[in-house]
Amino acid sequence: MEFHIVVCAGLVPDPLQTLEPVMGPAGPGLKNEALLPSVIDPWAAHALFEAAHLARARPGSKVWLVSLAPKAKLQQVLMVVAQKVPFDLVAVDGPANGFTDASACAAALADAIAAIPGLDRQKLLVFGGWESASRAAGTTLQMVGERLGITEQFQGVDAVTVGADGAFEVLERIEGGRHQVATCSGAPAVCGWATGSLHEPPNSPQVGMMNMRTLMPALQKARAASVPLAGAFGAAAVPSARRDTRVVKDMSPDAIAQEIVEWIRQ
Amino acid sequence: MDPSMSVLVIVHTESDGALATPALEAVNAARALAQQLATPFHVGLVGAVVEPAAAALGTCGAASFRAVAGDAFAQARYATDVAAAAGIATAVGADLVIVPGTSRALRTAGGLAQRLGGVADTHVVGVAASAGVVSITRWFYRQRIEGTMSRTARPWVIALETGTTPAWAGAPGAGGVEAVAVSVETRSAVTGVRAPSTGEQTVRPDADLLLVAGAGWTKKQADGQVHAEAAQSAILGFLRASKASLGGSKSLVDQSGEGQAVLPFMTHLNQVGQTGSSPRHRKGLATCCHGEEPHVIGWRFVTERRAVNLNANCGWAQGKADVVYVADAFAVMKKVNELLGA
Ligand SMILES: Cc1cc2nc3c(=O)[nH]c(=O)nc-3n(C[C@H](O)[C@H](O)[C@H](O)COP(=O)(O)OP(=O)(O)OC[C@H]3O[C@@H](n4cnc5c(N)ncnc54)[C@H](O)[C@@H]3O)c2cc1C
Repeated sequence: MEFHIVVCAGLVPDPLQTLEPVMGPAGPGLKNEALLPSVIDPWAAHALFEAAHLARARPGSKVWLVSLAPKAKLQQVLMVVAQKVPFDLVAVDGPANGFTDASACAAALADAIAAIPGLDRQKLLVFGGWESASRAAGTTLQMVGERLGITEQFQGVDAVTVGADGAFEVLERIEGGRHQVATCSGAPAVCGWATGSLHEPPNSPQVGMMNMRTLMPALQKARAASVPLAGAFGAAAVPSARRDTRVVKDMSPDAIAQEIVEWIRQ
Repeated sequence: MDPSMSVLVIVHTESDGALATPALEAVNAARALAQQLATPFHVGLVGAVVEPAAAALGTCGAASFRAVAGDAFAQARYATDVAAAAGIATAVGADLVIVPGTSRALRTAGGLAQRLGGVADTHVVGVAASAGVVSITRWFYRQRIEGTMSRTARPWVIALETGTTPAWAGAPGAGGVEAVAVSVETRSAVTGVRAPSTGEQTVRPDADLLLVAGAGWTKKQADGQVHAEAAQSAILGFLRASKASLGGSKSLVDQSGEGQAVLPFMTHLNQVGQTGSSPRHRKGLATCCHGEEPHVIGWRFVTERRAVNLNANCGWAQGKADVVYVADAFAVMKKVNELLGA
């Protein structure tokens, strides 16, 4: 059985960037937000690679990437992502900021998914990152699923193993570094992915060329969505957390071990 | 203040009908919030069996206990859990719904809010009301920016991070439970729990100590060789002797994933940092970690921190740890294990 896989992925600042919140009249944002280099949200990127892998194994399947972010940034980041795996882009022009409301974001994503021409809801798997690296809430995909009437949902997913009939087994992260194992009779379902098990695919110019055909038109067609801040913010700050580090340089390993063991036993 | 504002806490029971610590923390937070708002609070229970939990909370002061119970609700499964929670919240007419930040409750917090036509916030580390205004504190950008905010939208589902509030403790009492009827169909079934394929359980959220291992353990050492076996026995020996939890840097867990299998017991579930977890432990010992500033948030919630590194300027330690020992971690940890009797 083939799948129609829709991957929801936002953009986040490159994790190596320093982030500084600034309070505006309406609420917080990031300093130089428009200039910060962005990447596709890491766990959502894993979801995209897993989706492409699954689609390849199931002839007739198709992957869409639905992304809500400022259009100009989407264009930049997708030039790179488009070289990785084949997909059709559905772009929604709106803020990518972590302080915005998950429900409004979910509403915009669900509307965009519902409007995809040719999408078969009975074959639909909604994929995305379990939690974003910006809002880091893990609520958006659940809300998208509810809006689309999908009540088979899985979060913190590291593996989906599909059988010949389309039924699948899914591993979800739970406490203690373990996975909960569940079975589901098949699509439609929502999977919020964690790391999964695939590596980032190498860049492929052919895939890039193919994606480019739908990418630019999708960006031009991108509808604007209004996604307000989640609430009235009293503050947003990076807590100053600098510690006075005692640097111990000329102690023997045995003496250090002794000190560490005493500290552990305290 | 709105005197009709109602507070509800929804918790899942364990297989024996008891409540685990995160559930008791959520009850305590809901109780305190209701007191600040001068409004009653209600308890919602979901699980196979709920009477022991209701009895344990008998004197917590809840205005009512509602429950969705039965074998179908023993499973941590989205379809049944979200239906149960929505049924209870609707029966109570709740404006504020507190749930614990367990994997089970987090799986449905957003879906619950959507069903109720409300909003949700997760990973909340503080909730309080002042002059009738409820505000929460949570981290944005994965533990990098801390924000305080309030919302006017209701119902508001608030998932409270575990370990951030004291657990409710009090005498048991007779708690009358009202059953809430919920009908739900699902195409999913939970079939079990799988421990890491490596056989050894190394992630222990309740441990006093977190050992963070970095990629240095798998790098060529002074003699130009990689000492995988020594690294493995140093780390596993320490975990067995100290009962510590094991965290790893992204570099290290990625290596295991790439089949280098230098430290086969390391999985992505061990990863701490910006795209991993930020566990809460009283103490943390980082060994062979360099990291960059954003990734050191892996031990944001570790209170006392020490590090062992060959490089005194290691980014994981300077300004982040209380003590950095400039030394060979292989030698230090071998001796530590001897002293611990490993
Ligand atoms: C999108 C993205 C997301 C990321 N997310 C995360 C994340 O969640 N978590 C994370 O950790 N990283 C993350 N990173 C990676 C991060 O940038 C660093 O690459 C990584 O943390 C460094 O790993 P390390 O400290 O183990 O290794 P290295 O940087 O290789 O450092 C090894 C250290 O070991 C020391 N050492 C070597 N031998 C010994 C010895 N015998 N005794 C003592 N010390 C020794 C060395 O002095 C050195 O300091 C992310 C990167 C990106 C791009």
